[in-house]
Amino acid sequence: MSEATDETAPITLYRLQACPFCERVVRKLDEYDLDYHSRFVEPMHSDRNAVKRVSGSRTVPAIVDETTGVTMSESANIVEYLETTYGSEN
Amino acid sequence: MDLGFEVVDLPESDHPTEGEQAPDFTRPLVTSEHWEDASLSELAAESPVLLVFHSMDGSFPATYAWNELTERAFEEHHDVQVVGCSISTPYEHMTLIDDREMDYPLFSDPQNGVAEAYDIVNDLDGMAGISEARPAVFLVDGDLTVQYAWVAAEWPDFPDYDEVAEAVESL
Repeated sequence: MSEATDETAPITLYRLQACPFCERVVRKLDEYDLDYHSRFVEPMHSDRNAVKRVSGSRTVPAIVDETTGVTMSESANIVEYLETTYGSEN
Repeated sequence: MDLGFEVVDLPESDHPTEGEQAPDFTRPLVTSEHWEDASLSELAAESPVLLVFHSMDGSFPATYAWNELTERAFEEHHDVQVVGCSISTPYEHMTLIDDREMDYPLFSDPQNGVAEAYDIVNDLDGMAGISEARPAVFLVDGDLTVQYAWVAAEWPDFPDYDEVAEAVESL
């Protein structure tokens, strides 16, 4: 099982297939070798209630990091969060 | 089925039978809201799983199967999870779940590898390059031991749902 499919991973990434903003976050997760679990959601924005319940917004990407208790949307914010939280360890 | 004429016999299969171990697998598991990779063993660790292999979403056997399973609602009366598997993509599974207004998760296996592992591949005549699972039902317990198995011996063929009900009741 690859890192991206590990259900016990502390980070859950809500993503949309072929969404470049989501792939940007994936690259950062891979760069820091972080275990994460992918949850793919509907292309139709109005159908993304699963994301809204978690993050308060229907936008993807969104991540839930159980290690730190952080839930966050917007790829730029997420990338910055990952750099700040995990970047210095590498 | 008694149609008064022969239907297509399917070849012998070496699928897992009662008392044997069902192959574990990981595939995207689709709900009405999202999909994520999940393994059969993870599900079974929670409660026994009734794993239902069906024809591709949109086919009438798939519709029949989910109408029947929704009506019987085994999960409401017994400690069992009803989970489907077909070659349809996650997007098609979401549509099926919406159309049938059902609350069952479905594994997506477009390359039919799960059916291969269970030795229940059905190569579809007249659809070049497409194979799917034979209709089949496996009831597995927490360590994936098969408690009940039914696999189509002809095409088309449909599970005996009363027999499935008995198996679920005897858990």
